[in-house]
Amino acid sequence: MAKRLPARRLDGVEYNPWVEFTKLVREYDVVNLGQGFPNFPPPDFAVEAFQQATSGDFMLNQYTMAFGYPPLTKILASFFGKLLGQELDPLKNVLVTVGAYGALFTAFQALVDEGDEVIIIEPFFDCYESMTLMAGGHPVFVSLKPSPTGDGDLDSSNNWQLDPTELASKFTSRTKALVLNTPNNPLGKVFSKAELELVASLCQQHDVLCFADEVYQLLVYDGVQHISIASLPGMWDRTLTISSAGKIFGATGWKVGWVLGPNHILRHLQTVHQNSVFHCPTQAQAAVAKSFEWEQLHMGQPGSYFAEFPKAMQRNRDHMIHSLQTVGLKPVVPHGGYFLIADISDFKSKMPDLPGAAEEPYDRRFVKWMIINKRATSEGLRPLHPLLFCEAFSTSWRMGLLCDTGCSQEEPLLGVGGLSSPLSQCLCSCLRGKRGLTSASPSPSLVWFLGFECLLSSPDLVGTTRAEFEAWSPSGVLSPAWALLGLRHHLTSPYLSLSLGVQLRA
Amino acid sequence: MFLTQRRLCSLGSRTKFLRTIYSSKILGFSTSAVGITYHRLTNYCTYSAMSPKKEMSLKFKNAKRIEGLDSNVWIEFTKLAADPSVVNLGQGLPDISPPSYVKEVLSKVALMDSLNQYTRGFGHPSLVKALSCLYEKLYQNQINPDKEILVTVGAYGSLFNAIQGLIDEGDEVIIMVPFYDCYEPMVRMAGATPVFIPLRSKPVDGKKWSSSDWTLDPKELESKFNSKTKAIILNTPHNPFGKVYTKEELQVIADLCIKYDTLCISDEVYEWLVYTGNKHLKIATFPGMWERTVTIGSAGKTFSVTGWKLGWTIGPNHLIKHLQTVQQNTVYTCATPLQEALAQAFWIDIKRMDDPECYFNSLPKELEVKRDRMVHLLESVGLKPIVPDGGYFIIANVSSLDADLSDMKNDEPYDYKFVKWMTKNKKLSAIPVSAFCNSETKPQFEKFVRFCFIKKDSTLDAAEEIIKAWNKPKS
Repeated sequence: MAKRLPARRLDGVEYNPWVEFTKLVREYDVVNLGQGFPNFPPPDFAVEAFQQATSGDFMLNQYTMAFGYPPLTKILASFFGKLLGQELDPLKNVLVTVGAYGALFTAFQALVDEGDEVIIIEPFFDCYESMTLMAGGHPVFVSLKPSPTGDGDLDSSNNWQLDPTELASKFTSRTKALVLNTPNNPLGKVFSKAELELVASLCQQHDVLCFADEVYQLLVYDGVQHISIASLPGMWDRTLTISSAGKIFGATGWKVGWVLGPNHILRHLQTVHQNSVFHCPTQAQAAVAKSFEWEQLHMGQPGSYFAEFPKAMQRNRDHMIHSLQTVGLKPVVPHGGYFLIADISDFKSKMPDLPGAAEEPYDRRFVKWMIINKRATSEGLRPLHPLLFCEAFSTSWRMGLLCDTGCSQEEPLLGVGGLSSPLSQCLCSCLRGKRGLTSASPSPSLVWFLGFECLLSSPDLVGTTRAEFEAWSPSGVLSPAWALLGLRHHLTSPYLSLSLGVQLRA
Repeated sequence: MFLTQRRLCSLGSRTKFLRTIYSSKILGFSTSAVGITYHRLTNYCTYSAMSPKKEMSLKFKNAKRIEGLDSNVWIEFTKLAADPSVVNLGQGLPDISPPSYVKEVLSKVALMDSLNQYTRGFGHPSLVKALSCLYEKLYQNQINPDKEILVTVGAYGSLFNAIQGLIDEGDEVIIMVPFYDCYEPMVRMAGATPVFIPLRSKPVDGKKWSSSDWTLDPKELESKFNSKTKAIILNTPHNPFGKVYTKEELQVIADLCIKYDTLCISDEVYEWLVYTGNKHLKIATFPGMWERTVTIGSAGKTFSVTGWKLGWTIGPNHLIKHLQTVQQNTVYTCATPLQEALAQAFWIDIKRMDDPECYFNSLPKELEVKRDRMVHLLESVGLKPIVPDGGYFIIANVSSLDADLSDMKNDEPYDYKFVKWMTKNKKLSAIPVSAFCNSETKPQFEKFVRFCFIKKDSTLDAAEEIIKAWNKPKS
């Protein structure tokens, strides 16, 4: 065809890091520590709920109401109404979407016009930018920046803050919306009340909408409280609150998300929804409804999933931070979410030239190199020896991958890519020794990642063979923080962010 | 005036606000102290903005792309039909059970933990493989599962991806009337102009009126093409008529697409549902058409599982890749367990495509019986239905049925009023055919109503009772 094929709205949004990296994962058959999903099952009650939904009433195989399966919108309205301090009408204030991703898309299309500006706080989940562009909008970035930490002090996500003056300067008469992600992906920052009040006051002053992406709202640590900006005075009328069953119940593959908001804004999302997907799958919605019903019965009691899940994740986070520290790595302690970022600048200074396109950011090249090169040899790479380290804890394992220019007494293993029998030896010795690996060599040159969504039920992994390991280990890839962070401002240290959803089972 | 006042207030406060921040920083106030200052200023500003009459913020207005697209026939009519005492022949939703093996595969899949997480965005690997295997037989050509197939949120999602991916502002898109109602708003949402051409009926003296009697005038069709025409949307089998386009009719469309270098978006969700004497043909298999056609299919219509909301688009990579770009910026991926179940259901039927037990063969046989029953029923009360050659709907002119529409809204077309009245008073629902028309053609079709017949026998029995009793005088 001679005519230009793609619509202009696709200009600049053709690239997607997840698509690129998950493709590499498949090609190279590696371990996926990149994409944000657990590799342990959703809680039993959620799995049962899905089983019931798919083997019960056969009419659940047919269309449900377009804006949401009624039992689901009803329970979302009652559950979140309490949290937001609002009386929510299931038909007017709730819209069920294809994941929180679908909710975001629907919001952008409904409200962002050509020429509108959208303020995005860095680091940001990558789709905010591309969705702004696809709607013809202009993304305007403002960064969370860390204050310098004292020597020996750990960097923490709440150390990363917005400069109020800088933030205020980003608002113009063309600003239509601000995207707020709390808890933040990838940093794990949970915005405090004061910080939210800052954002809220600016939104009200400049009459700007707020798209609040709160998918990780359940996962907050250290007694930190998640606050929905929509619950602040003056904000309900201008905020869309987005969340995800995938992240709440650890079932990302169900693709059920929702938006809560005042009807005078939500109705525009309903218009987009009825002209894009129209309905969401019925049975997945039924499963989510049942899951919320279960939790509603158990709230405030021992065994409440909403109380236990974050506690378990916090334990893992703490162990991981500790382990990373014992090998001299520099993690940023997250207060929420399931990711952790860490600094690879040391590695960069030792290996500054990795293959890749000239304009390709370092961390992306690093990740691809790790994936591809790990595959190529079975002896590990020089000067880099990827090691697998693990530490056993009373109820859980964590696993991390790291590279080190020197190696400890353990044999070098392929960290990413094929896992050989030395892995099982390593795991065994860790189990027996109940200690983390420490490097006897100069400080590790590599840092990275880790998500710590590993909720592990059984620590016994003696004599694990590769096959057994691979049986529970998903394939995957490390994600370049550049893509996730969308860094526009020059930070001196490139960061890598990964999520780890690995569970060791007996 | 109000806006000016408010803006001044904003500016004024902002200046004060900035100055306060600046001085706070110099004095080394902590963030929380500064936060408090903002809060006070906010209160001040908000109060001033609130004191004149509070108007709905202009910024809360919808984006231009959805202007005028807020009404939707389904939202309106499914609400009406939701009353359980209403016999629902409206929305295209089977009330028969999906085949048992389909339900079984889904139950089994629900037990597999590995399927609770994200899968490949453009389609779960086992599903695209199954689709590729199936459609290679139909296209008589290899289909690359990764590059030439996209799995979407229903065929509805495929239509959306195709239009968003390929249609630009200022483009024209040809739509045949009547049309599945979403084509028009989707084209408008993409900033393009729909160009309508009606299907016209040939005279049918003496014989049964058939969907094949409704055709496009080739000259009229050609007149709709010009240099701005980006695509034509083809729906075969057609909703609501049930028309199955013949080879000759498709050739006319194909010739024009090639001549005017136009794309074809072919909505073939009812591809398996064709009745005796008819054959579904894929326009993408015509010479010169593969490279300019995207063909859409639906799990919901194939396996009677509309609630799974899975559809797919098949086409050349140079077109599919743009739909994939839309996908990665809209929903990213579709539900994993449903895709796996669909793949398994496909494998079962792919293995037995010549078998009468294969659902692709058994469902149309089952529906043909229901179709014939509906035809007979409507004729028995003096209506003249248009006998569909495919699909699951039948339409009829209902003007001879008594209905007191005096209480209904005046500005609505006859069939809207009729269906609302019928739902309320006769406890039978259907869909007005003018919902499938653009505003100019609505008057042509406003006496027609669409009945869905993929319903269990007891539903059709109940409908029969209502229709037969309609014109009978009350004793």
